[in-house]
Amino acid sequence: MTLLDVAELRLSFGGLLAVDGLSLSVAEGEIVSLIGPNGAGKTSVFNCVTGFYRPTAGRITLRGRDLRGLRPSAVAGLGVARTFQNLRLFGELSVLDNVRAGTHLWLRQSVLDALLHTPRYRRSERECTEQAHHWLDFVGLRGDRYGPARALPYGEQRRAEIARALARRPGLLLLDEPAAGLNHGEKAGMVDLIRRIRDLGVAIVLIEHDMGLVMEVSERVVVLNFGREIADGRPEDVRRDPAVIEAYLGGEPDA
Amino acid sequence: MKTGAAGPKVRRRGVDRPPTRVSRLLQNRWAGAAGLLVALLAPFVNATPYALSIMTSAAIFVMLAAGLNIVVGYCGLLDLGYAAFFAVGAYTSGVLATRFDLPLLATVPAVLAVTVLAGIVIGAPTLRLRSDYLAIVTLGFGEIIRITANNLDVTGGPSGVYGIPHLTDGPVSFYYLTVAVVSLAVLGAARLGRSRLGRAWRFVREDEDAAEATGVNTYRVKLAAYIAGAVWGGLAGVLFAAHLSAISPASFTFLQSALVLMAVVLGGMGSVPGVVLGAIVISLLPEVLRDLADYRFFLFGVLLIGFMLVRPQGLWPARSKEALRSDEALRSEEALK
Repeated sequence: MTLLDVAELRLSFGGLLAVDGLSLSVAEGEIVSLIGPNGAGKTSVFNCVTGFYRPTAGRITLRGRDLRGLRPSAVAGLGVARTFQNLRLFGELSVLDNVRAGTHLWLRQSVLDALLHTPRYRRSERECTEQAHHWLDFVGLRGDRYGPARALPYGEQRRAEIARALARRPGLLLLDEPAAGLNHGEKAGMVDLIRRIRDLGVAIVLIEHDMGLVMEVSERVVVLNFGREIADGRPEDVRRDPAVIEAYLGGEPDA
Repeated sequence: MKTGAAGPKVRRRGVDRPPTRVSRLLQNRWAGAAGLLVALLAPFVNATPYALSIMTSAAIFVMLAAGLNIVVGYCGLLDLGYAAFFAVGAYTSGVLATRFDLPLLATVPAVLAVTVLAGIVIGAPTLRLRSDYLAIVTLGFGEIIRITANNLDVTGGPSGVYGIPHLTDGPVSFYYLTVAVVSLAVLGAARLGRSRLGRAWRFVREDEDAAEATGVNTYRVKLAAYIAGAVWGGLAGVLFAAHLSAISPASFTFLQSALVLMAVVLGGMGSVPGVVLGAIVISLLPEVLRDLADYRFFLFGVLLIGFMLVRPQGLWPARSKEALRSDEALRSEEALK
């Protein structure tokens, strides 16, 4: 069943077409990779889906609901979580508080509860903390949870950011280069983590430059170049596609 | 991991460094109660009208700092016109009480309504701006409110509103009433900080886009911080009007806004005990230095610069503290064996 459906998406900044008529659909529980050379428009697609950019034209629907014109927080409310290419943790806050952010949308607690410390406040705070620990356990974070997020090693920060996204309990998770800057062992761990997230029933769209990881983990690969889709298929087919090879290796003699 | 030998199963830790003896003392939950006790006992030490007046003003200033801390400390919105809300509260209660011969307490509902409205009117259009623009716009609004009060007839023009009724019979009982109200306001601000909304404020302060992506409607959350700050400032204004029984535009200048901001920064942005301490220092230091006559504000400035050089994070900075999970505390204890 189709979860996310992007049709004829177009995004231009002034004269520059960042995304040029992209169509993409993601089924429930599917792992799809979005690849392409730098500047191909991959992150722009994420930003359109999550409401950070207003697409110039096209349709974006999640379970049939139109996402266009919604605030990013409203898109998150419909069950879309994301991570950022260049880590966007709340650096000064504790790792635990970072993951608590993911619980914001489903935590039932009013201002009055907080002022009076009602049983409901205590219950929701306890649940929120338990959930935060649960997701940090799930992503296998070993570092100090009570210390500031910026003090974590880089690889651990990636995991913490994914834990924050998962605490949202999303149906669709958009990962923007989750393996960037990770060493070999950490990359293997990331492959395992992505699979375990999918096993929860979460669909994943992945932007990644590491082809080994993409080929290993993806069920489907979509290749973008200059904002256009140039291939869409199983990893082994995409790898042999002449258009993809040309985009990556360069078709022009002087490129 | 460092733990005390044979420590209890649940221990508390600061964010940055392992706790020192001093910071453990400061994090103690009884610190607030001790502060309140000092405030309650102070009139027994010195109850001259002058001392009571200074202490009452200091308590009101604490409430202002607690309110501005919600906006600046928690949410990271630089507000340079906070005295505007103080003025709105003071004028609303003062004008209503003198024109309609109402007891001051009866004006509180109106003050709440007007300050919330002022928070929305000032916040709604400006909170879409990024922080440095916001600072300039709030500075402008602060001046607009003051100049409006200076020119309207209903606010008494430059001479202001006088003959505002008192809330209690004498200065001692008013001091205790002020301490009670301010304590509740400080406690409320601290509790808000530890709630779902308080966390959302910090997420906005740290990274607005990431906060949006996790589902925090940053615009609404910022507006909530602004309204909370407005209510705290407005209620402090009621106390101020009752305390002095006369208010004029001269009390709500940019200097006032800057002093409150200074208390927040000096104490430690986002730290409730910090801003309380900062507010007490800022309001009492000029009185302590009174003997120096003309050099008073010169030394005041020098001392503030000195404080900030020695402790840029504030006198009593915010530290997160929370109980470790019991199984983890066990694990870290086992690791020590």
